[in-house]
Amino acid sequence: MEEKFWFDVGPVSAVPLRGARTVRTPSREIAVFRTASNEIFALENRCPHKGGPLSEGIVHGRKVACPLHNWIINLEDGEATGADHGCAKKFPTKIERGHIYIDMGVLAPA
Amino acid sequence: MGQIEKFPQPHPRAPRAMDADAQKLVVIGNGMAAGRLLEEFFARNSTPTNVTLFGAEPRVNYNRIMLSPVLSGEKKFDDIIIHDDAWYAAQNIDLRRGEAVVAIDRAKKCVETASGESVAYDRLVIATGSMPFIIPVPGANLPGVVSFRDLDDVQKMHEACAKGGHAVVIGGGLLGLEAAAGLALKGMKVSVVHLMPHLMERQLDSSAGYLLKNAIAARGIEVFTEANTDAILGETHVTGVRLKDGRVLPADLVVMAVGIRPNATLAKAAGLETNRGVIVDDFMRTSDENIFAVGECVEHRGQTFGLVAPLYDMAKILAAELAGEKPAGFTPAATSTKLKVTGIDLFSVGDFSDDDVNNEVVLRDPARGIYKRVILRDEKVVGAVLYGDTNDGAWYFDLLKKGENVSAIRDTLIFGQAYQGGSTLDPTAAVAALPDDAEICGCNGVNKGAIVSAIQSGLTTLDEVRAATKASASCGQCAGKVELLLAATLGEAFKGASRKHMCKCTDLTHEEVRGFIRDKQLKSLPAVMQELGWKSSGGCPSCQPALNYYLVAQWPGEYRDDYQARFINERVHANIQKDGTYSVVPRMWGGMTTPDELRAIADVADRFAIPAVKVTGGQRIDLLGVKKQDLPAVWASLNAAGMVSGFAYAKGLRTVKTCVGKEWCRFGTQDSTGLGIKLEKLMCGSWTPAKVKLAVSGCPRNCAEATVKDIGVICVDSGFDIHVSGAAGLHVRATDLLGHVDKEEEALEYCAAILQAYREEGAYLDRLFKWVDKFGLERLRKLIFEDHAARKALYERFLISQRAARKDPWAERVAGKDMHEFMPLSVLGAKTAKVAAE
Ligand code: SRM
Ligand SMILES: Cc1cc2nc3c(=O)[nH]c(=O)nc-3n(C[C@H](O)[C@H](O)[C@H](O)COP(=O)(O)OP(=O)(O)OC[C@H]3O[C@@H](n4cnc5c(N)ncnc54)[C@H](O)[C@@H]3O)c2cc1C
Ligand code: SF4
Ligand code: FES
Repeated sequence: MEEKFWFDVGPVSAVPLRGARTVRTPSREIAVFRTASNEIFALENRCPHKGGPLSEGIVHGRKVACPLHNWIINLEDGEATGADHGCAKKFPTKIERGHIYIDMGVLAPA
Repeated sequence: MGQIEKFPQPHPRAPRAMDADAQKLVVIGNGMAAGRLLEEFFARNSTPTNVTLFGAEPRVNYNRIMLSPVLSGEKKFDDIIIHDDAWYAAQNIDLRRGEAVVAIDRAKKCVETASGESVAYDRLVIATGSMPFIIPVPGANLPGVVSFRDLDDVQKMHEACAKGGHAVVIGGGLLGLEAAAGLALKGMKVSVVHLMPHLMERQLDSSAGYLLKNAIAARGIEVFTEANTDAILGETHVTGVRLKDGRVLPADLVVMAVGIRPNATLAKAAGLETNRGVIVDDFMRTSDENIFAVGECVEHRGQTFGLVAPLYDMAKILAAELAGEKPAGFTPAATSTKLKVTGIDLFSVGDFSDDDVNNEVVLRDPARGIYKRVILRDEKVVGAVLYGDTNDGAWYFDLLKKGENVSAIRDTLIFGQAYQGGSTLDPTAAVAALPDDAEICGCNGVNKGAIVSAIQSGLTTLDEVRAATKASASCGQCAGKVELLLAATLGEAFKGASRKHMCKCTDLTHEEVRGFIRDKQLKSLPAVMQELGWKSSGGCPSCQPALNYYLVAQWPGEYRDDYQARFINERVHANIQKDGTYSVVPRMWGGMTTPDELRAIADVADRFAIPAVKVTGGQRIDLLGVKKQDLPAVWASLNAAGMVSGFAYAKGLRTVKTCVGKEWCRFGTQDSTGLGIKLEKLMCGSWTPAKVKLAVSGCPRNCAEATVKDIGVICVDSGFDIHVSGAAGLHVRATDLLGHVDKEEEALEYCAAILQAYREEGAYLDRLFKWVDKFGLERLRKLIFEDHAARKALYERFLISQRAARKDPWAERVAGKDMHEFMPLSVLGAKTAKVAAE
């Protein structure tokens, strides 16, 4: 049951350190981030402010700065930090044999 | 090279007295986990048990960790033996050294050995450790390529050392560096090839990695980071290692130390549940209730292991389990790392990933090469990285394990355990309270008394104190303290606010940082941050791009641009728009275009259904609303028509506006269009502290608006008037006339020299006029118009840096550079996504 929601989206090495790549699905785009210390996070690629593509932002620590108006989004939970409020949808990730898996189960009805 | 091993080959085995009723326990593998297991087992043994122990290595149990000092010659094999023959005899263990198990027969409950013998068990323990990973490059199995796992490997390395020559160690992790240091001590000429940007990246952050690299280099070892091995060269024996970038390193010995894989082969063949390793439960039991596994060969809840501390925990639990006790299950604890290279002190534990300044405390002492960082989350210690002074490692580790709330000691946490309990003073009071002989500047050995008396003799600024006493002249880290002394000594009279710190990571100004980068030859971000005592581990979004620019400007051709520190526009060479599409602006040299170029632009707009085409305020054409994935193809088409990137996104040269000039205009005095084109061709591609715009007008009527540009040229009958410091954006400001030249070549040289002075001195994000305000218009005039040697030198340096810079970024990307930027990592099709969405 659980298993079928994990999708292999490609090798970790294909995402630049302190950078991001996108994964396209028919209904949305997901940004996959890789931090300086090799952690992987996935968020829907839409800034909670005005929909900016988070994948294009500067990654620092476990945060990304939206390229449009510089909101700072926490990669761990997708929440905006500081005075800003809003949340980008978070997708669980795991790494196996050098590949990134994203759990799309969060989209499934409970 | 038998002298490092004192044990003779095993004698033919004498049959042992077996207790017929006793339980039969068979252990496969006589490594560190098995050794500890048996110790723990016999310490608590209740029921009589006959143990048969198979070790593929032809020797007794030894401390594998200490192979590094054996390699370096600091220890002998005798020194690292854990269990000698007498120990096995005393426990009545049947040790079969040099005898590998080749199969497990679960139905018959016996194991088969290489010599064909089969030995029955009631309970079986698999402790086969792990195997070194050999990267699958051509030449990987040539003689002269070794791994670093057991004493045989060490012996092979010693043999190579006896002949001397070059050694290349592939892998800059713990193991690789210990191998490299050992080989260097043995007289080899050693290079380390490491894939990642800094050494030991799994245990260290980039600052500690920088210090480690220096320490390794100081041992005569050459370190190549971001280096990918392409092939190992040689016919009958290794002769070299070729890297992906084409460089070839000579090698008589190659040590592969790139990682390990759990050795689960036997278990897998026997049908036990395996994944990366042999899967065990919390009590080390495999999927067969009579078979257990322990050590590096196991996988526990998805995790595998590479350090001994958790293996010892496993051994203890398994021993208790085998002895019939009811132990608590295994939970892996955080493990700490040290590097066993004499003279290098480093320590790391836990999570050190977050480089957000709010979640860390950093202390650096550039003069002593010390870096300490404690990482906090929710007021608890979650990790620590210590370099140079590791005394408090155990204390931080303890705080981490206990999960104590450290908010009360946060301010003094980084000073270590010895400092706890002291009160925190406000910083000015703390400096004021210091005795006169307290050292303020560690680099130059300047104490408080010397600084205070200098201030009392009439000095009022940091610069003056620095010039007079040398305090803060070397790494600048004590600049903040000297300022506090100025404040404490001068009181009201101190005008400290005139100094603007670069950001909250440092007390230095932009200009001071630039000066240190130049004088101390700092060539990487970690070097700048460590040597100038940055207060954060990795900088912040405001200093990162600034430092990146300073390094690009200071070390053209040598420093590798830190691509990820750049804003998206500079990374993809197009301007992001509010809907996530991009705009594309090709250069139109000096505002001139041709019917062919216009046709090509029109074709591109049609072909890619670009929704808007606009003439910009900078005399060129903007294609708006281009989709990111179309960018390379759009550029390729524009390139094909001879057009290149207009850098409309860059902190660099934007446009050179011109008027028609003498060619057409009845008032024109010079070829203003021609000069504008030449200026644009000379300067294009150059990175600058902020954007730069130029204009050339053919006469003082100034139709090109040259008097509101960063650099403006107004042509007159007698030549060219050169203006600087105009702007027409957030601030509107008319230019100042800097001087006059007679000839066009001079106009080009003088303008480029001005630009270079700005590149070398300007603070990041200061438009040219802001820099001139700080630098002084008169000083600039003297530099450019009077000091001919200085101007020529500036011009030369500009040309040198342009050699590295003047490339068309579009063409580079059309040719494949950074291609990943423009493609999704993957596309999940409708079918797969449906499963997910339903
Ligand atoms: C396209 C253009 C408007 C137009 O439709 O004409 C434009 C568009 C933008 N300008 Fe501009 N500026 C354009 C000419 C100007 C001019 C006029 C000029 O260059 O003659 C000025 C005033 C002159 C000056 O710079 O002193 C101008 C002063 C600014 C400023 C204020 C700069 C300042 O230091 O005060 C900004 C903001 C900034 O750079 O931080 C800005 C920023 C921008 C940005 C980059 C805003 C942004 O960050 O997204 C716009 C990006 C547009 C794009 O996607 O291409 N733009 N901008 C013009 C492109 C010129 C070109 O061919 O490269
Ligand atoms: C040079 C070096 C330095 C290290 N430094 C440190 C350090 O500083 N700190 C730290 O915590 N860890 C360190 N380690 C790691 C540590 O040594 C290992 O974690 C530990 O040895 C693993 O123990 P193990 O018993 O699981 O495997 P091993 O110690 O590898 O033992 C497995 C044994 O099983 C034998 N074997 C395999 N298959 C068979 C078979 N079919 N039949 C019979 N025998 C078989 C192998 O020959 C081997 O002797 C270091 C390792 C090396 C190589
Ligand atoms: S003036 Fe410049 S920055 Fe402002 S909206 Fe127009 S293009 Fe954008
Ligand atoms: S859309 Fe992200 S900050 Fe505005």
